[in-house]
Amino acid sequence: MRYIEPHAHMVSRTTDDYTAMVTAGCVAVCEPAFWAGFDRCSVDGFRDYFRQLTEIEPRRAARYGLPHFSWLCINPKESEDLGLAEDVLSIIPEFLDKPNVLGIGEIGLNKNSRNEVKIFERHVQIAVEHDRLILVHTPHLEDKLKGTKLILDILRNAGVRPGRTLIDHVEEHTVRHVLDAGHWAGITLYPESKATPARAIDMVEQYAAERLWLNSACDWGHSDPLAVPKTALEMRRRGHSATAIDALIYGNPLRFLSQYSGFKVADHVGGSV
Amino acid sequence: MTTPKEPWRQRDALTDLYYMEARARLLDVAAFLDRVDRAPGTDDHRLRSLRAALSFLNDGKADRTRRILESWSDPSVAPADSADTKGATGAWPKL
Ligand SMILES: [Zn+2]
Repeated sequence: MRYIEPHAHMVSRTTDDYTAMVTAGCVAVCEPAFWAGFDRCSVDGFRDYFRQLTEIEPRRAARYGLPHFSWLCINPKESEDLGLAEDVLSIIPEFLDKPNVLGIGEIGLNKNSRNEVKIFERHVQIAVEHDRLILVHTPHLEDKLKGTKLILDILRNAGVRPGRTLIDHVEEHTVRHVLDAGHWAGITLYPESKATPARAIDMVEQYAAERLWLNSACDWGHSDPLAVPKTALEMRRRGHSATAIDALIYGNPLRFLSQYSGFKVADHVGGSV
Repeated sequence: MTTPKEPWRQRDALTDLYYMEARARLLDVAAFLDRVDRAPGTDDHRLRSLRAALSFLNDGKADRTRRILESWSDPSVAPADSADTKGATGAWPKL
């Protein structure tokens, strides 16, 4: 089996996780900027974090032969402070030319507030100006549906090309909205919130799977860095072919991410899935 | 579009694969409701919305998962004035 992990917060994971992922067939990992579990108090905290995402973590991953890519932003949980958010926005262009930077993400909304909307729009503007890919986080639980609709409206009004934007953490009540708008959709496999492997495969079976990817979104919370290969196993149990599984967990993310010319995957050691 | 091969499209095959897990989860939900009903106090919005969602399970219509998630969602349209909290509870608090 070979797969791409398109959403993992590796700065929160151990080296054992790198070993397990590569052993399971991971050939590239992508790490969006996110909330550290506490609010950072100055722009310098973000500058250090961006260095970690663009210099330190790629080096750590390289020890396992794993290409590492990142997305940059200030996440919506810290966007309520407009002054800090503007400071962080101003340093993002310094890092955009680093070779492992895919684009702007994971931006989006958390509580669907006016300030979050404002900072989301500013990020989109930067992505459009620099012609970069966009990764969007949709809110949690009861806030997801409203937030997804707001996000889709903003992206439409900003003139973003839908095929260059992936909207993440879709569930049964949002996946159709995202795909119908022409965007890519990400299904996040979490033990409790978001989607289980069985529900993720239900969505794959029901919707055009060409613009869908699966991710573990593993971080410092309740999450599993092997959620994608475990879901591949579940697809086998459901009777999906090796070709279909490879298309979903390798081919699809490869197609979206290859829109950034610097994206590459490791030679994988195994045979076919 | 990925197309699962037979026989997993067949109802009996899917039942073989998932029945025991679904049975265990349904018993867990029942036990949870028994547990909270035995305890003093009143239902908050999470319990109210969970109880209300049970009616979707046996209404014989499709897309139960989508409809349950929609029923727990914030139905408002305009952005909130501010984010007074970072977290979400699982169901819209005004339910
Ligand atoms: Zn994330």
